[in-house]
Amino acid sequence: MSHRSFSILKRVITHHPNSSHLLSFQRSVTYMPRPGDGAPRPVTLIPGDGIGPLVTGAVEQVMEAMHAPVHFEKYEVHGNMKQVPQEVLDSIRKNKVCLKGGLRTPVGGGVSSLNVQLRKELDLYASLVNCFNLPGLPTRHENVDIVVIRENTEGEYSGLEHEVVPGVVESLKVITKFCSERIAKYAFEYAYLNSRKKVTAVHKANIMKLADGLFLESCREVATKYPGIKFNEIIVDNCCMQLVSKPEQFDVMVTPNLYGNLVANTAAGIAGGTGVMPGGNVGADYAVFEQGASAGNVGNTNLVEQKRANPIALLLSSAMMLRHLQFPSFADRLETAIKFVIAEGKYRTKDLGGDSTTQQVVDAVIAALD
Amino acid sequence: MASQLVRRLARSRLDGILSSSSPNPSFFNRSFSSESNLIRATLFPGDGIGPEIAESVKQVFRTADVPIEWEEHYVGTEIDPRTQSFLTWESLESVRRNKVGLKGPMATPIGKGHRSLNLTLRKELNLYANVRPCYSLPGYKTKYDDVNLVTIRENTEGEYSGLEHQVVRGVVESLKIITRQASLRVAEYAFFYAKAHGRERVSAIHKANIMQKTDGLFLKCCREVAEKYPEIVYEEVVIDNCCMMLVKNPALFDVLVMPNLYGDIISDLCAGLIGGLGLTPSCNIGEGGVALAEAVHGSAPDIAGKVCIKETLILYS
Repeated sequence: MSHRSFSILKRVITHHPNSSHLLSFQRSVTYMPRPGDGAPRPVTLIPGDGIGPLVTGAVEQVMEAMHAPVHFEKYEVHGNMKQVPQEVLDSIRKNKVCLKGGLRTPVGGGVSSLNVQLRKELDLYASLVNCFNLPGLPTRHENVDIVVIRENTEGEYSGLEHEVVPGVVESLKVITKFCSERIAKYAFEYAYLNSRKKVTAVHKANIMKLADGLFLESCREVATKYPGIKFNEIIVDNCCMQLVSKPEQFDVMVTPNLYGNLVANTAAGIAGGTGVMPGGNVGADYAVFEQGASAGNVGNTNLVEQKRANPIALLLSSAMMLRHLQFPSFADRLETAIKFVIAEGKYRTKDLGGDSTTQQVVDAVIAALD
Repeated sequence: MASQLVRRLARSRLDGILSSSSPNPSFFNRSFSSESNLIRATLFPGDGIGPEIAESVKQVFRTADVPIEWEEHYVGTEIDPRTQSFLTWESLESVRRNKVGLKGPMATPIGKGHRSLNLTLRKELNLYANVRPCYSLPGYKTKYDDVNLVTIRENTEGEYSGLEHQVVRGVVESLKIITRQASLRVAEYAFFYAKAHGRERVSAIHKANIMQKTDGLFLKCCREVAEKYPEIVYEEVVIDNCCMMLVKNPALFDVLVMPNLYGDIISDLCAGLIGGLGLTPSCNIGEGGVALAEAVHGSAPDIAGKVCIKETLILYS
């Protein structure tokens, strides 16, 4: 069976335009670990709300099947709690890595979003979403391979709102040089370490001259330190327009908080949907991996009852996590298996055009692991 | 052949715009009304490619026998002290009188001591809603063929209030203001437009899970207005979901109403879906029934002298 899958994979790879990702499994130079690197690493796991428990269950099953050197410490957190429990934060601080499902924020309920709270507490200042075409999944746009790096702590999501007089509400958007600089530095460092050629800053500085102007200045300063990487700027409305007509022109995009949300979701949509895009949040000390875009979207009750949620996004994010933990061969195996299942097309959930359940997709991925 | 198609569409679009601008119920039917009295409209040809496009518009309307009389106004070369900009008081008065206008692209000359021309028009005429219908054009193939939606964007407040200041060195604050009055106004217009054009659904786009008080106020106003129109389906969509749904399946949306910033981004996204800013009509609605249709694109001084497809957008406006 593995021989057959190997030949199918080879065919898939040679047809894939950007096959450099998949060629890594034909590794010629081996990864030499330090003694003791194989000891199982503890990772905090937060199932979350809605489809969260379903998809994190899927990840647990796949990790078991691979005998991956991670073991999960599960904690229950729900979106309607006032704040993230202290024990969860302590566990993440100890383990440094966390995998989570979505936390649903009640709309207009007066409770601040727990997703945002977690990011602020742990100072996870960069949110990364990788949007790329999966081979075999038909979409309207080809050649999409965009990474959106979004500032995660300030900007429009500062949460500072007040009612001036009845009927007039003000919301503060705060941009600081400190945060803009560090997100720009992270974006260029990411591009440098991943051999990316271009970084694009997304802004609206023609209208918000001071705020987005400060963001742009910081990006320009950091760009001078990386002469090998091209840097350009684009206004956010033009950016969205270009994304839906010519997405192949974008490589790495760095954005402030709100625009990043919109751009990441648009890019995820054109490349196949938020059900398949991996992503994570990272700070100086900790990393939290979750479904790429739309972390607050935990699906409707229908999806949960019928168990038809798409686990691909979280599975790919867990592959990202394995790479982050420096287990490259496990990450490669998982990624190859997932891409094989999607390319084959037999087991796809509703948002990709099929009608399988979560469990069927998970079983297919486990079967495809060699 | 193209001109016939354009003529037919121009007729129906003009009726659409006229019916949306005046509350007179006799304009609600979409058949071509043969009015014996002429409609007077103000025309600002604008800069760059503006005059060429304006000429084409006048030509097509003449051939289609549309009963319109144009009052042309050009942007002056010196600042009018009454309006603090290059637009003269007479131009503004003419728009206020005629209630209908058509504006070509205007380049704001860089200098000091005057307001941008678009900003002047918006503030003086109190244009509070920007309406952009986005239809997939049958002759122009893009990756999306089934787009048929209208975006209505609040035009005066929100994130574009222009109130920014530097608190300390390295920290900048920008104010986003949402008022009940402006939100009610644009929501009223959105539902009125939906009803007048036989649209079935209005979706309010927001980010109220994060910006609870500001977008929460906007949503509350939309809900209040929705109750007055029980035959129109009303829904609320978070903006990140909306972006994703728009690029995956634009047929899901009908009329979208949203605050200023989201409106800017979403309306340009929808323009991208149908083929770009050159093909998108746009109309600004002001208080007292003023309607100013405009060209969405810039003045493009580098391609002045070449006729391009962008003229179709003014015709559809």
